[in-house]
Amino acid sequence: MTDKQIDPAKLSFEEALAELEQIVQKLESGKASLDDSIDLYARGSLLKAHCDAKLKSAQARIEKLVIGPDGVPSGVDAQAFAQG
Amino acid sequence: MSSIAKANLPEYSVSELSQALKRTVEDAYGLVRVRGELSGFKRATSGHLYLALKDADALMDGVMWKGQAARLRFVPEDGLEVIATGRLTTYPGRSKYQIVIEAMEPAGAGALMALLEERKRKLLAEGLFDANRKRALPHLPEVIGIVTSPTGAVIRDILHRLADRFPRHVLVWPVLVQGDGAAAQIAQAIDGFNALDPDGPIPRPDVLIVARGGGSIEDLWAFNEEIVVRAAASSTIPLISAVGHETDTTLIDFASDLRAPTPTAAAEFAVPVRAELRESVADLGRRLELATQRLAKDRRTSLDALTRNWPLAERLLEVPRQRLDLAADRLPRALSGLVRLGEARLARTAGRLSPQNLQARLAEGHRRQNDLGRRLKPAAARLITDKKNALQAVGRLMDSLSYRSVLSRGFALVRDDAGRPVMKAADTRASARIQIEWLDGSQQAVISPEAAPKKRKEPTNPDQPRLID
Repeated sequence: MTDKQIDPAKLSFEEALAELEQIVQKLESGKASLDDSIDLYARGSLLKAHCDAKLKSAQARIEKLVIGPDGVPSGVDAQAFAQG
Repeated sequence: MSSIAKANLPEYSVSELSQALKRTVEDAYGLVRVRGELSGFKRATSGHLYLALKDADALMDGVMWKGQAARLRFVPEDGLEVIATGRLTTYPGRSKYQIVIEAMEPAGAGALMALLEERKRKLLAEGLFDANRKRALPHLPEVIGIVTSPTGAVIRDILHRLADRFPRHVLVWPVLVQGDGAAAQIAQAIDGFNALDPDGPIPRPDVLIVARGGGSIEDLWAFNEEIVVRAAASSTIPLISAVGHETDTTLIDFASDLRAPTPTAAAEFAVPVRAELRESVADLGRRLELATQRLAKDRRTSLDALTRNWPLAERLLEVPRQRLDLAADRLPRALSGLVRLGEARLARTAGRLSPQNLQARLAEGHRRQNDLGRRLKPAAARLITDKKNALQAVGRLMDSLSYRSVLSRGFALVRDDAGRPVMKAADTRASARIQIEWLDGSQQAVISPEAAPKKRKEPTNPDQPRLID
């Protein structure tokens, strides 16, 4: 587990999930050494926490852009956009 | 024409008649729809369009002023069949008439489809639809940009479906989705989203949805416009197109990274289902725990199994100890045996070193020497005998070749008293003593005194060697 010790927080949800899957498969195969398995578990726990955080952060936030006269968005108009 | 009729007719000036004609034409054809093929189409720098409408038998000049031309939803080109709506007017200065076109559209779906096909071929040839331009959608976008009308069912459907699956930060860029300026707005929205600074106040979307509800081909036409197709093709943000119903296909669908059959489907493509993801993450978490625990437990079991059968140190040493004992026991015997073996070899070798041995070899030398000595004399005698025999043989051979062989055939040799052969009568003197040799012996003789040589006088050549000396 020394080859990709990227900070989980910097991974996308998809990358974190993929790495978590790899770790679980490696552990389930029973081929990891005991030392490695401890590192793998620690890494897997971090990744899972990261994935959970990404999933929990899901909040609907709907904004309508206000387009300026030059065609460039100049801001958002959250109130004016009624959802539903 | 009679002269009376001529007198009753009012007389027009050219201008009056032209104006009257103009009024008549404009009153009668103040608003007409005419169908024809575009010919001689030209866009002046002023922005006005000049063209002619024609069919098999007639041709009519036409003009479309800049203001109306800007609202055209297609690019006119020669050969395209159109329906033009406008009014007829005349141009008195040139005795001409023309149609001033207010609006123009391709004639029927067939014509529009032909235009669409032509444009599609062109953009395809440019590589705008190439598969290698397609970007993969992000699995879970943080920000979703939606280009569509801010009102109506389409945006509602998308937002509902996003909320159901995975609520996200959504930015809606409001645009007209049909009619004048729709294409320009849609293209500008796609470009505008792409131009957003990722670190700016408005977050740059990770995926774009360009959507519009169902409608006629004319209603959807903005999404066939080149400007929109090019914007979609050049978008660096992955773009999902969802225009019209499932059966509708517009050119933006070819340039987008993914074509969704409906706006709702676009929302489904854009985000995964959150509940499913949570479940799969939870499942992975459980498997992580279990696998780790099982791994440790399996190691413990293996360790126990190994230590259960752990051999005692004593038993481990038993066999080596026994081997050591055996070896220690054999060591002295092995040593003495080795010494005895050495002694035996030494004795054998020493025995062979005795003087008898040497004496025997000396006696042998003597014996060989005597033997050789004994063999030397007979060998030498034999050698001499052989040589004698050989000499005699040669002697006989020589005799056979000598004058004596001639004597055997009845000749005789005459010698003088000195023993020299007498070869010629001239060499004899009267009363000289000669010796005659026959084969079996010789006799002394004397040449009679009266028998002096006179028969022939041969000059003697002192240089001539004598045959026999």
